[in-house]
Amino acid sequence: MPADRRPAEGVSTPSTTRVPVTWRMRRYLGYVFIAPWLIGFLAFDLIPTLSAFYYSFTDWNVIAGTSNWIGWDNYREMFTGDRLFWPSVWNTIYYVAFAVPLGVVAGFVLALLLNTRVRFQGLFRTLFYLPAVVPTVAATMVWLWIFDTRRGILNWVLTTIGFERIRWLTSPEWSKPALIIMSLWSIGGGMVIYLAGLQNIPQDLYEAAEVDGASGWNKLVNITIPLMTPTIFFNLLLGLIGSFQVFNAAFIMTGGGPVNSTRFYMLHLYEKAFQQSQMGYASAMSVLLFLMVLAITIFVNWTSKRWVFYG
Amino acid sequence: MRATSRRFHPGMAAIYGILIAGAVVTVTPLVWTVSTSLKTVQQLSAWPPEWIPNPVAWSNYSEALTMLPFHRYFFNTMVLVAAAEFGALITCSFVAYGFARMEFVGREFLFLVMISTMLMPYIVRLVPLFVFYGEIGWLGTFLPLAVPDLLGRNAFFIFLLRQFFRSIPTELSDAARIDGANDFRIWWSIIMPLSKPVLATVGIFAFQGTWDEFLGPLVYMGGNPDMRTLAVGLYQFRNSPGSENLMPYLMAVSTVMIIPILLIFAFGQRYLVRGVTMSGLKG
Repeated sequence: MPADRRPAEGVSTPSTTRVPVTWRMRRYLGYVFIAPWLIGFLAFDLIPTLSAFYYSFTDWNVIAGTSNWIGWDNYREMFTGDRLFWPSVWNTIYYVAFAVPLGVVAGFVLALLLNTRVRFQGLFRTLFYLPAVVPTVAATMVWLWIFDTRRGILNWVLTTIGFERIRWLTSPEWSKPALIIMSLWSIGGGMVIYLAGLQNIPQDLYEAAEVDGASGWNKLVNITIPLMTPTIFFNLLLGLIGSFQVFNAAFIMTGGGPVNSTRFYMLHLYEKAFQQSQMGYASAMSVLLFLMVLAITIFVNWTSKRWVFYG
Repeated sequence: MRATSRRFHPGMAAIYGILIAGAVVTVTPLVWTVSTSLKTVQQLSAWPPEWIPNPVAWSNYSEALTMLPFHRYFFNTMVLVAAAEFGALITCSFVAYGFARMEFVGREFLFLVMISTMLMPYIVRLVPLFVFYGEIGWLGTFLPLAVPDLLGRNAFFIFLLRQFFRSIPTELSDAARIDGANDFRIWWSIIMPLSKPVLATVGIFAFQGTWDEFLGPLVYMGGNPDMRTLAVGLYQFRNSPGSENLMPYLMAVSTVMIIPILLIFAFGQRYLVRGVTMSGLKG
């Protein structure tokens, strides 16, 4: 696709001194424009990523001062030695399996409801979107206090309607659900995207369906949802990638406890790298996460051929 | 906008019910935060909880903000914000011009590479970069976060800007070129002034992202107590002993951290929503 119209290179442009140098040099000038990004990409993306692969085969330990090639030992240690590795994987999968689908569905339903003939649509949209702009650390403090067993507002609601108090952040059964509930607070970000997608659906499709006597449900299933699948796919993918790296909430609220019930993959990795200085082992963990995320991206992309509708 | 032409029916009542309930659930945590930030420690334990503290402990704010050097943390955060804004508005825009308007070998490939970095988990780079920054003496300084920002490493911003630039008619730049303007000039004097809406979007995102960032500042700068950002400072505050009874203070600092972003949201909502929207829709 030609991005810009200009005299064809070397065809009809007379090489007089009147032709600005930039016209002839333009094919190289493009690299000047993208150079800052390219340098940043090499220095802060590509080289560090490749180094992670290299470090993952070493016993690099900043404190012990070791740095030897140890082959696959880190990976072997991960799968068979480290007794907290598998719990961290399990916790992460648990979190992803609930937080992502619930987030996608809730955000989509909210957008559908807002896309009806409700009044104050703008006000509702603003209110639902608010939590998405609240800084993560501040949001975590807020929920830390909401989940407080003795004086938290959530338990106040529960006891008011006749339930027992729940030890949200201090019992292994409830700590993960608590973090999932907290993640649902910011579904407004996805909702805004769905809403924009819904408003892009051509009205005449609905009108034609109504002429044929389609019910609201028919229109939803046969028009709205199929046309929204690209947007759903996008949110699902970003949700998966983000949730596999869940860190802040657990790090700040529970520190991985109680009894390692919120020790997520990233949290375990963080401890290995920055508290135990096992850079080699942590690199191996990060490489594995990288490969897992890559595999998921490819898998979701592959399944998308079956369910995403590109009209 | 009326998106469906459904007639009013009793179902609408249910829809309003769900939306209002949802809005209440969404906003309550924020109200609760502000309410708690104005309570004394005694009022904290009131059961059922009091929504409007009596008396109102306004002094919580001044006391909380002086318990740790939050003015210093604010300054540190603003330095990073400045770097992020420069990177977003100038560098990313410059790079986006290259991707949108220049032709060169490998452009499509490099663009694809750039887009794919959006999907790469940042964690892979965390450990090697930490080691690298340690070796070149950058740990505990602004550099590990400011330099990548200044170099326009944000693929999402470049993508948004490029999409916008491509929608600007080329006739304008053609005319300027005939008048002797080179591409730098066209970028700065023609494209930039026409791109204020997308620049506003990117600028707001840059602020929001920097204000929100936690793991990077914690790992790369947090080792130096003078170099904490607001997010890291708030985390340290929570970790200080006896934080149970510091809850009003913690909520006061949280409120102070939330307010600027809410103000920006209030004034720039249009641009923010446009950007979020563009991220989810193709083209």
